[in-house]
Amino acid sequence: MRYLPKSPADRAAMLAEIGAASIDELFSTIPSEYRLARDLNIPRQMGEQEIVEFFRKAAEQNADGYASFLGAGAYRHYRPVVIDALAQRGEFLTSYTPYQAEISQGTLQAIFEFQTMICEMTGMEIANASMYDGSTGSAEAVMMAARVTGRSDIVVANTVHPEYREVLTTYAQHQGLLKRIVGYGADGRVDLAELEAAVTDQTACVLIQSPNFFGVIEDVAAIAELAHSKGALLIVSIAEALSLGIVRPPAEADIVSMEAQSLGVPLGYGGPYCGVMASKEKFVRQMPGRLTGATVDKQGRRGFVLTLSTREQHIRREKATSNICTNQALVALMTCIYLTIYGRSGMRELAQQNLAKAHYAAHTLAATPGSKLLFAKSPRFNEFVLSTAEAPATVNAQLLSQKIVGGLPLAQWYPELPNASLWCVTEQNSREQIDAAAGVLAAKKAPALAYA
Amino acid sequence: MATETLKAPDGAGNPTQKTPYVGVRHKVSSHISQNEGLIFEKSSPGKKAYRLSQLDVPEVDARALLGDSLREDLGLLPEVSEIEIVRHFTRLSTWNYAIDLGMYPLGSCTMKYNPRVNEFVARLAGIAEAHPYQPEALSQGAMRIMWTLQECLKEITGMDAITLQPAAGAHGEFTGILLVRAYHASKGNPRSKILIPDSAHGTNPATAAICGYQVQNLKSNSRGMVDLAELEQLVDEETAALMLTNPSTIGVFESEIHKIADVLHAKGALLYMDGANMNALVGKTRPGDFGADVMHLNLHKTFSTPHGGGGPGSGPVCCKKILERFLPTPVLVEKPDGTLTFDYDNPQSVGRVRMFYGNYGMFVRALAYILANGPDGLRQTTEDAVLNANYVRAKLEDVYELPYKTPTLHEVVFSDRRQARNGVKTGDIAKRLIDYGFHPYTTSFPMIVSGALMIEPTESESKEELDQFIDAMRQIAREAEENRDVVLGAPWETRVSRMDETAAARKPVLRWKPEPTASGAETDALVPASPAQEY
Repeated sequence: MRYLPKSPADRAAMLAEIGAASIDELFSTIPSEYRLARDLNIPRQMGEQEIVEFFRKAAEQNADGYASFLGAGAYRHYRPVVIDALAQRGEFLTSYTPYQAEISQGTLQAIFEFQTMICEMTGMEIANASMYDGSTGSAEAVMMAARVTGRSDIVVANTVHPEYREVLTTYAQHQGLLKRIVGYGADGRVDLAELEAAVTDQTACVLIQSPNFFGVIEDVAAIAELAHSKGALLIVSIAEALSLGIVRPPAEADIVSMEAQSLGVPLGYGGPYCGVMASKEKFVRQMPGRLTGATVDKQGRRGFVLTLSTREQHIRREKATSNICTNQALVALMTCIYLTIYGRSGMRELAQQNLAKAHYAAHTLAATPGSKLLFAKSPRFNEFVLSTAEAPATVNAQLLSQKIVGGLPLAQWYPELPNASLWCVTEQNSREQIDAAAGVLAAKKAPALAYA
Repeated sequence: MATETLKAPDGAGNPTQKTPYVGVRHKVSSHISQNEGLIFEKSSPGKKAYRLSQLDVPEVDARALLGDSLREDLGLLPEVSEIEIVRHFTRLSTWNYAIDLGMYPLGSCTMKYNPRVNEFVARLAGIAEAHPYQPEALSQGAMRIMWTLQECLKEITGMDAITLQPAAGAHGEFTGILLVRAYHASKGNPRSKILIPDSAHGTNPATAAICGYQVQNLKSNSRGMVDLAELEQLVDEETAALMLTNPSTIGVFESEIHKIADVLHAKGALLYMDGANMNALVGKTRPGDFGADVMHLNLHKTFSTPHGGGGPGSGPVCCKKILERFLPTPVLVEKPDGTLTFDYDNPQSVGRVRMFYGNYGMFVRALAYILANGPDGLRQTTEDAVLNANYVRAKLEDVYELPYKTPTLHEVVFSDRRQARNGVKTGDIAKRLIDYGFHPYTTSFPMIVSGALMIEPTESESKEELDQFIDAMRQIAREAEENRDVVLGAPWETRVSRMDETAAARKPVLRWKPEPTASGAETDALVPASPAQEY
């Protein structure tokens, strides 16, 4: 086996040193009736070329070569090649959690830079080293708010990503948390009157998403005021992190739970992604996950360490702030490199391009017969909800025949929107693709309708 | 904390400083490492590392579209060029130790070789660019990879059903205990407590707590194993499960595992197996055969996906038939026509534990590893892992105290008791190991061993590398006797040494900020954040 660095002679010599007659002697503590006397029934050992061919074949059966307008929590953005060139360095790829600070300064400093960039992006004072993803991060944020406030009612907007809400339900069920759902108004934003009625002096937190699942940017300041007036915390979940290049950060929030996949992380059929939690500094000791801090060594040299670990499971066991141990460090590094590449001016320019592309697409598609842009007057980033004359399934089948993956049908989560679908348009979508999709919707071939 | 004390590192130690060794360091020599500040300290307005494609749609007025929601600026995000970015992160990378540099014997972490073909296939466009919501008809390849991995993992563990959704080991524990809870709840009582041995990982009790269970500790016996008599006393109708790591954190296989399972099952309780140490068992024995009802695997340990400086991981949960209907949704199913589909209709499910389908990229890598090994390779891998640990044990047990003489599998746990008499603790020996070119073993864990040195070499080490490690450990043992100050002051040859962790925790500085000066201009320096108010 080519990964194993031993010759038969090495093995024999080592067994002799140990004083064992055979390798099986080393397994003698396993009762013989439970020892496997046969080969595992799995595929035979393959050569590297066979492995690559196996996965190439699988890759070809996926939607490779299709134009796509899918978003909804997983975003198609260009990944500069420098990201993988650096993140694949063995010293980053094959190291463990940086508990031994002296030989982990590379990872530690990168996390410190990541934490700083996340604070800048989100408008928060502190950020952790990462969570699994946006969905579990939101659930952890809610549990954190319950610890901070000592309250157990939670109010959740139903414009939070439906799968995030499902994960929250799973987490909350054994925490004694009582969940209330608040709907959206005609503008696609949280219904403030409904929210006001739902928030009481027993409410631990209000959880919203912005831009929300419909792509609509919420009035964070108004919602924060409402939550804070009852002593509840506001948690803002952000699924499309690139929006922060041009959308005002939710600085009025107490906790921000963000999915950073947009920032240089491959779609990869849903993971691994990069959750991250940021908050006001005063909540730091209730924050789950790892934190990297600056300090000095015994000679006064600057360096970085994992810190405040008394919050964590390996110290506090059942009293820890979370059971999280392994996080998404390498993916956070990709995000950190991405934010460094685009930086202060590039993030803005890139976000501006997304805004322009989505605006063009929204109006071009909405101009096709029978189509309508929902929540049209509300501010949006790169997603919008389109209502079509025919059911999205029918429309999408027509689009697929032209090698276009259309918007995500919403009726499975929002039955009140039977003909609506969620479209996402990024810098990866060309005008040609948008026009081609409009052509299908208009049931005729390109050229598309004039841009309104 | 004064900012002037936070000066940048001035290189590797003091060149005039003598760091004597009692023998020869075979593995390493000192060499120059590059200094590098924070990326923010290199930033200067107008520098760029990007150029966007030309915009092919009309420009828009962002202020008109976003109104009050328009962001004014992006604060302190850096502005640097591409070459500076490449140098920055390359320089940082050289400050890390890694498996690619040498033996990384962290007990319980299974730091094995991360094959590069895994990285290659995970980046094939049809896989890396697959959107989780693309139509199933256009995802059959991606789903087939999941299906094949599921079948392999079920066979390897001897279990009936599986979910790949959990994102890491602790997340798998959470999922597994939710299954246990749902199972008991379906019988009318979710029960109230989980038994956890005192040798367990901290994630076990933390998991039980977030699943709404009380933790009841189970003391280990004199051989470091579950005390059957005590277990029998503790298990009752309120016991939901025992969370057991097997082999245990001292590397010992619970040879009475079937009796443990019987004691639990007699009271209706379940056996949860923490699969962190599965690298000792693959191809040699199967948890499903010896009585485990549910377990998680760590694809980033046993199945070679990279640890990446702390993640991502992946923690699939395998279970017996009795728990299958409670698995998280969606469940992957094969239709009669041979195509795959996700089944979301599972009313008894514990619910979703993560969006989409899990850390998919890790599934691709783990399957590539399984295919590279086949049944013979996996068995040989396990045998080599156990051979390596026993070789280290045999070569060091005369200088380091072995608190449990029980035969061990993939890892060996020593105690620092002999060295501690001279004031040298496990943490000191670990730091000294760095000077010899090795990553330390796991220190001070498991807690049932005082001053533990927990060593897991994995199968990835050659005899030569092991001999160098053994040599280093023996030299350090001599140093502890003859010249203990070189151990207590270690590491001597790293960029930084023995960080002030107390200061870091007392006044946390968790982000960089430019320091405002009297003139109002900003200088680049780290400033401590205001002291955190405690909650």
